[in-house]
Amino acid sequence: MTNVTTPPTEGRPVPLLDAAGRPYWEATLRGELLVQECPGCGHRQFYPRQICVECGDTPGWLTTEGRGTVHTFSVVRQQGAYPFNQWTPYAVAVVELDEGPRIMGNVIGCEVDEVRIGMRVEVEFVPLNEEASLPFWRPAAT
Amino acid sequence: MADRTPVIAGIGLSDYPKAPHLDAVGHHVLATQRALADSGLRKSDIDGFMCAQGDFAQPDNAGTMAEILGINPRYFDGTAVGGSSFELHVQHAKAAIEAGLCETVLIVYGSDLYTKSGTNPGFGAKKPGEQVAGVLQYEAPWGNTLIGAYAMAAQRHMHEYGTTSEQLAAIAVACRTHAGLNPNAQYRKPLTVEDVVNSRMIADPLHLFDCCVVSDGGGAVIVTTAERARDLRQPPVHILGAASAQTHWNISQMPDYTRTAAERSGKEAFAQAGLTPDDVDTVQLYDSFTITALLMLEDLGFCKKGEGGPFAASGALQLGGSLPMNTDGGALSSCHPGMRGIFLLIEATRQLRGQAGDAQVAGAEVALACGSGGWLSAMGTVILGKDKA
Repeated sequence: MTNVTTPPTEGRPVPLLDAAGRPYWEATLRGELLVQECPGCGHRQFYPRQICVECGDTPGWLTTEGRGTVHTFSVVRQQGAYPFNQWTPYAVAVVELDEGPRIMGNVIGCEVDEVRIGMRVEVEFVPLNEEASLPFWRPAAT
Repeated sequence: MADRTPVIAGIGLSDYPKAPHLDAVGHHVLATQRALADSGLRKSDIDGFMCAQGDFAQPDNAGTMAEILGINPRYFDGTAVGGSSFELHVQHAKAAIEAGLCETVLIVYGSDLYTKSGTNPGFGAKKPGEQVAGVLQYEAPWGNTLIGAYAMAAQRHMHEYGTTSEQLAAIAVACRTHAGLNPNAQYRKPLTVEDVVNSRMIADPLHLFDCCVVSDGGGAVIVTTAERARDLRQPPVHILGAASAQTHWNISQMPDYTRTAAERSGKEAFAQAGLTPDDVDTVQLYDSFTITALLMLEDLGFCKKGEGGPFAASGALQLGGSLPMNTDGGALSSCHPGMRGIFLLIEATRQLRGQAGDAQVAGAEVALACGSGGWLSAMGTVILGKDKA
């Protein structure tokens, strides 16, 4: 899976849009990756919540550049659950965005054995359904 | 004045590691019967009840289980944070007994995970293409597994501290050595570091033998006052400290992949006990994966942060070493029915009673049990003593 240009989305779990996350998923359809930023204290967070985890205020939104660094990762080589069992081995990473918050996703566009902590990555959205596209991560030059 | 110091007065294990004759309720029942018999208490003495299944649809939900067992508690706790739930229950039982809210608490767990499934489906959606509500929708689309989550911590620990697969393997080897002394352990054949690092990779950098077994099993612990325990069957084991802490729930939210909330729960438990890590004779640590136990060794202060690898590789964790760990074989070799926290308490109690058989730690006076719940998320630390503090 990790070498394909457009990763398959058939069978992947689908987000059930809710009050906290709807703006985030809607932005994915526009090719934008949002995180939250608190108007009160400036704290940035991901995943979307209805409260700032730092100060308790109501968070607003910040459009990111969609770039970051692999903070940690694993390569899943054994997986019983469909559809993922078709795609092993694949890399699951926690990416630290340049804006601060971390987000989980698959690293694509390179061999799984090339994924490293500290590796620069950029987002690539792959359409999932009418409500959401999924952000994947591929190696970036800088 | 009556001595209300909380003590463990009874322990019981159901049948493990494979018990096709028992369902989940059956494990709860058998463990309860055996803990009552062990203590000499009657079921009618139980006025506090704790169990860890939070799902109302399940028969092992705390309310349903109390009804099945015929226990009508006046103190009641269904805290369910995964494998460490039972260490949290001890914390709560201790506080409730000290406050006079109840006299005798039953903490019980049981699962038929092996008989029922034998496999782990990962987490997120239960069916392909299913909608996922809530916070898991930000993880489930990526196909991470439970093992992959812990692997992320191991990967980061290796990156920051140079920890090696061989050092992690030393933890699995120590547990297997102890499992060899436990006739009931699921795997008893000796294991080497080479065996572990040459076993197939499940989720980098965790190999097959870095991962716990999948079992059936159950356990029960009865907590009461030192006063009540005086004329019971077993020597009381004193609860010297019990504390809990959480840093995150889902793995993508772990603030530092090399540190767990056991730093806080351990510090608080040691402060309650008036003891330090040097005072501990044996540890029973939740070894869902080798990395889980390694992080706890560091976070609880048995070695410095980053030195868990060399510490494990030194042989300290084996019987005869400075800190024998998981003397029943642990989750890595003895049994892991899904939530192992209760077994940590039971093995620590056996050690302090001097009832651990071939795995007895000579002169054990202080034992520490530390559970991990979720994805290195909710930690519970319990310090037990042969004697009162």
